[in-house]
Amino acid sequence: MTDRSLFAKNPSVLIFLACLGMFTLGVTVFSEAFGSGLISTSFVKTLGKTLCLCLIALAMDLVWGYTGILSLGHFAFFGIGGYMIGMWLMYERTRDIIVTSMAGQEIPPTESEITAAIGNQIFGVVGSSEFPAIWAFSHSLTLQLILVVAVPGLLALVFGWLAFRSRVTGVYLSILTQAMTLALALYLFQNDSGLRGNNGLSGLQNLPGLDEVPQSVVSVWFLWASAAALGLGYVFSAWVVSGKFGSVLRGIRDDEARVRFLGYSVEAYKLFIFTITAVIAGIAGALYYPQAGIINPAEIAPIASIYLAVWVAIGGRGRLYGAVIGAAFVSLVSSWFTGGQVPSIPLGFYTIDWVDWWLVLLGFSFVMVTLFAPRGIGGLFDLWTGHMAPARHGQDLGPDAGSLQEQEADQ
Amino acid sequence: MRVITLALTLLLSLSSFAFAQGSGIQEVLQTHRAAIEKGSRKTIEPAITAIAGSGLPAAQTVLQKWQQKDMWQRKEDGLFFWAEEIARKTYRLHDFDTGEPVGDYAKGDLDQLKPNSGVRAMIGAALVQFQLSDPDPTRRLDALTAIQRDAEESHLAPLSASIEGETNPAIKARKEQLLTLLTIRFGKDTATRVAAIESVSTNISLDTRAALNTLLSSRIVFDPPEEANKGRRIIPGSDDLSIDAAFELMVDAGAMKHVPTPDERKAFLLEHIDDGKVGGVPLAQLDTQEARDRAYAALNPGWNPLVSKADLVQYEQFYEVFDERDRAVTNAAQEALKSIKTRVGLNQTLDLLLDGISLASIFFLAAIGLAITFGVMGVINMAHGEFIMMGAYTGYVVQQIIPNYTVSILVALPLAFLVTFAAGVAMERLVIRHLYNRPLETLLATFGISIALQQIAKNIFGTQARPLTSPAWLDGAWVLNDVVSISYIRIAIFVLALIFLGLFLFIMKRTRLGLETRAVTQNPRMAASMGINPDKVNMLTFGLGSGIAGIAGVAIGLFAKVTSELGSDYIVQSFMTVVVGGVGNIWGTLAGAAMIGFLQKGIEWMNPSNTLAAQTYMIIFIIIFIQFRPRGIIALKGRAAGD
Repeated sequence: MTDRSLFAKNPSVLIFLACLGMFTLGVTVFSEAFGSGLISTSFVKTLGKTLCLCLIALAMDLVWGYTGILSLGHFAFFGIGGYMIGMWLMYERTRDIIVTSMAGQEIPPTESEITAAIGNQIFGVVGSSEFPAIWAFSHSLTLQLILVVAVPGLLALVFGWLAFRSRVTGVYLSILTQAMTLALALYLFQNDSGLRGNNGLSGLQNLPGLDEVPQSVVSVWFLWASAAALGLGYVFSAWVVSGKFGSVLRGIRDDEARVRFLGYSVEAYKLFIFTITAVIAGIAGALYYPQAGIINPAEIAPIASIYLAVWVAIGGRGRLYGAVIGAAFVSLVSSWFTGGQVPSIPLGFYTIDWVDWWLVLLGFSFVMVTLFAPRGIGGLFDLWTGHMAPARHGQDLGPDAGSLQEQEADQ
Repeated sequence: MRVITLALTLLLSLSSFAFAQGSGIQEVLQTHRAAIEKGSRKTIEPAITAIAGSGLPAAQTVLQKWQQKDMWQRKEDGLFFWAEEIARKTYRLHDFDTGEPVGDYAKGDLDQLKPNSGVRAMIGAALVQFQLSDPDPTRRLDALTAIQRDAEESHLAPLSASIEGETNPAIKARKEQLLTLLTIRFGKDTATRVAAIESVSTNISLDTRAALNTLLSSRIVFDPPEEANKGRRIIPGSDDLSIDAAFELMVDAGAMKHVPTPDERKAFLLEHIDDGKVGGVPLAQLDTQEARDRAYAALNPGWNPLVSKADLVQYEQFYEVFDERDRAVTNAAQEALKSIKTRVGLNQTLDLLLDGISLASIFFLAAIGLAITFGVMGVINMAHGEFIMMGAYTGYVVQQIIPNYTVSILVALPLAFLVTFAAGVAMERLVIRHLYNRPLETLLATFGISIALQQIAKNIFGTQARPLTSPAWLDGAWVLNDVVSISYIRIAIFVLALIFLGLFLFIMKRTRLGLETRAVTQNPRMAASMGINPDKVNMLTFGLGSGIAGIAGVAIGLFAKVTSELGSDYIVQSFMTVVVGGVGNIWGTLAGAAMIGFLQKGIEWMNPSNTLAAQTYMIIFIIIFIQFRPRGIIALKGRAAGD
């Protein structure tokens, strides 16, 4: 299938790419580093992080909206991606500092002395100074970048293979993925996990070797990188879900048993989509955490993965732009509310302070969306384009009347 | 001159008259007057021994008053009395022997004896023998505790003597036990001590083990002398003795010359920098260990970088040497400890089992509500944890209103049921009813409710933990011995879990509601055509499951801190319990809870310092377990299995 036909089939991809490009250009023009300075560096970072969240929401939409696997573990893959890139950032940055500080000594330091000093600096906080085995590749950007993709991918592959081959489906799979996330988070919380336990990795916003570049410039670079990743991820996702492969995925979502009876290897399809989305999540995390500056195990807690499902559900499942809109909308509105910028509502006897009540509002609006607007925000586009599904109620009429149902048959 | 002599004689006879009057303990005190006045730790011992050993009834009073700094000396004649302050700067003196007041004196006429802490400790030790036979049993117990904390050889004789006259059987048993422990440490000959050690070889109490372990305290010695009480041989490089430590031991013993460490060699190089070079090597090249060694060797011709410490210490004699010199005693202690260790191991297994049962009943209690809503109805309720939290907060609020803890718990249990029953019914009517055919969306919608409820609780009660105090009769623990014990709260939770198991079975198997619930679960349409209202049954069943969660919340709140996150701590484990056990079967839930509880305790036992790791490994185990039994331990068969 050529690219032309992909775009021709999915005009929304081009529209999306155009919007993303204009957004990136706009932010660049108004940024402190390259333009008028209307948008502060911290807000550029927020926007860059939001783009990464959109990318993982895209992955979630592939696995949930299209294939029907409600994974509550994708934020774990996101976190792993962040940890992998964070290890290199922290190692190299500490190394730079150590080498600079040791340069003044009369006898130049040996390699092992430098390594020992780095270990002491990084792991002193958890009462250790030895490099754990998992840091073996942290000196090499290339290897760590490979790990960003490989570790979430492998974990998803093993976990998915175990889960899908024993036909764990539906809510059981959700609970199982949630348990996996919890296990990973608890593991990382330990001090002897080798990833600094509760403290996590910090100082990730400083790029090693680029000390003279101000954060305002770095933030725009990351915005570009995040936008590029989101754009590529969007095109890739559109390519995956269009065509025959995408049809099988949707078939699995709607009736897994029927697809299996048609001769498709349902497990292989599910495993592929589970693994590939885990990889996308890892990449998104690797771009997110250098902008956030710090990663700790609390980020991986099961609740984060559920929020991911919330974003996709509010944005609209089963359509790629829905996931992006949901993630961007909810996370930006959320930071707006929790940032304390929304005026409180005095009720006379009680004042509703949105910093405290935002989660209540989010929780209930989420229930409302699930009950009354299962298509989410993306459903608004259907109103606009006039794509309305027929109102299907009543019983199947049986094999003779095909898939029609009572009311349709009457019409 | 004569006059002076006469005056002296008069004075002497006067003082001897006073002596005669104050015979008894005063005499003893006067004999040691100099030492007592000086109050020095080095010289006081004979005085204390004399007082304690005088056999006079007043001896104990003297020591006590002295220790409490209530003993005063009259300046005019140097006699000792105990005094109480009756007015500002005025003291009433009492005679030690008679206890009668001898008069009131101004402070200026008296000297207070202020023994320093060292002397006071010595007085305390001497007082022990009096306290051991004190008529007040609590003081006798205090004395025993004091001896136990800081045992000395001098305690042995008075303790042994006091056993004869002891009337209280409990105290007598303790005295005998303590006597054995003291005999082990300070017994006069080997045979007595070995006999004492052998007599405790079935005793697993902490005191016994501590006493035996002190006896076996040892250190590692290089090439110990022949007469030393040697234990096993230590191989350098093992866990007990690192190569470096072994080498240091040899250096200390003078058998080896100190070998400079890399850091010391580096410091040496730093001191010998000469015109940008050290030992002929330019400074810039010293960034490898090899180059540094070369430079160091150039400056120290005798030093050989290839000699390794491991080779030097490998065949040398390192032994553990016991501080106790008597080999028969240490051997007996080792034997006794070995047999005690086996017993302790058995008891620890028992304790572990009790812990496992207790944890299992907590999981069971948290999961039993889910077993109804998820297991029977197939509804995923992510807000189940928040119902547990609501129950706990209900208990907290009730305690604010009813101060009596027993009454408040009795009120809180049904009230928590009502509150969460109402919440469950409301949730079923408003949300879940519309989603019966969309299980994944039920999960999401109930999750929305869960975060809203959690935040509401946080807004009302704040983020800090609220106490839910258990009644006094649930405080404390059932202690079997020093190894096995279980707190009453945990027993109560176990009982509560049993009650709920019975209640669940009763409702499901014996009541109309249970019958209708089972009918609706199996086939709602058929049930409806039999005249059952499925909507009502679903509502009541869901309410029942939620209500039980509320009661579980009160129980959990009694031992855990009540916070808004209480529920989310249990939700994943609860789902695990139900899934592992097998959906739709209460016995499965019980089996799941038991398996998870015992497993977690078992893993914790292997790695006691790390409960986080235990939870991690347990979850991984469950994930693997699900691979082999996807439908849980007790799987439904046939049509009931659904799908």
